Amino acid sequence: MIVCLLSLNQVQCLRGERELFSDVNIALEPRGIMQIDGPNGSGKTSLLRIVAGLSAAASGEIRWGGELISELAEDFFGELLYLGHAAAIKDELTAQENLLLAMEISGEPCSISAANEALAQAGLKDGLHLPAKYLSQGQRRRAALARLALSKRCLWLLDEPFTALDSIAVEWVASLLARHLASDGIVLFTTHQPVAIPGHTPRRLKLPS
Amino acid sequence: MLAIVRRDLRLAMRHRADVLGTLFFFIIVVSLFPLGIGPEKALLRAIAPGVLWVAALLATMLSLNRLFASDYADGTLEQLILAPQPLALTTLAKILALWITTGLPLVILAPILGLQFDLPAEALWAMTLALLLGTPIIAALGAIGAGLTLGLRGGVLLALLVLPLYIPVLIFGAGAVDAVIHGLNPNAQLSLLAAGLIVSIVFSPWASAVALRIALD
Repeated sequence: MIVCLLSLNQVQCLRGERELFSDVNIALEPRGIMQIDGPNGSGKTSLLRIVAGLSAAASGEIRWGGELISELAEDFFGELLYLGHAAAIKDELTAQENLLLAMEISGEPCSISAANEALAQAGLKDGLHLPAKYLSQGQRRRAALARLALSKRCLWLLDEPFTALDSIAVEWVASLLARHLASDGIVLFTTHQPVAIPGHTPRRLKLPS
Repeated sequence: MLAIVRRDLRLAMRHRADVLGTLFFFIIVVSLFPLGIGPEKALLRAIAPGVLWVAALLATMLSLNRLFASDYADGTLEQLILAPQPLALTTLAKILALWITTGLPLVILAPILGLQFDLPAEALWAMTLALLLGTPIIAALGAIGAGLTLGLRGGVLLALLVLPLYIPVLIFGAGAVDAVIHGLNPNAQLSLLAAGLIVSIVFSPWASAVALRIALD
């Protein structure tokens, strides 16, 4: 079992010739939560993708439990839950099928009743058997975020999790984050809006424009 | 890995029009030749292997675009890459699902279509066997091209990239049928196709996995 600990050391990101950010240092212990902030185009999403191992940093290192994530590869993916900009929801499948498949792909298969329960929490009880193309933007977002209610992964990387959500759903996600932190999880998320996580004050990292 | 095969098959079932479209394209292209050339049996028999194989290649090209593109567009591809299993297994699963939805129906239909060309029964058998060995190669090599051209517009580039790679499959595949028509033993061509199948199944999932990582970087 790997110790829950994420550290970024002097991470730099280049997009073409342009430097998005450099010298980013982050250290997160269990129960640590950090909010990445910055104007549009400052590289919030790029930073999350680098931490997830989807893109490579131009320089610097990212370590998980003291080991480089590039060396851990799939072992690191097994500790990680990443929700990106795109909701990863298939239009042709129902919310329930989408959730079951997402859990199965990420190696945490769950039962149908557990999935229904999570979707009910997400306020999607009525849309359970509708193809996702009939869902609104906010509802698709909720269906994607329902994974948070089921996942046992330690590190959550959430890119703009609160976009398109109404105030009730924002509260629901905040409560999921609080629960995750209470069970020794780590959260790294990007957002523009101020969000209150019950019982926690996220540390903030502001990326320069 | 089986989860991904099942997922892709289910998605294909929801998009039946796409799958059937590929199939009807194959049927129509193959049927146009006898109609255009006329009922000259010797000529039809001579062109049959080439026509069937070229039509099979083009029909598969139609569905290659979709292999990763929709997963890329809706963000699912990121989740597939972040799954805690080697990405090459994921691409292998997608290749398998692609073959089941586009390659296998062609294998089943080809002997029926071959009747239009007055092919003898032994040649139809050789045709089916050669397609059975060759269509997975087409799917596997195509997956590399689909990964490399991901995010770029237009399927033309994909066709230009992948079709030249199919030349050996075409030569040996059509050659096997040709051999039988001329009363020769097709074992050499079929063995070469089988060897190509093994090599492409081993290396192309890995190569398309690398291509996907580059496309998403």
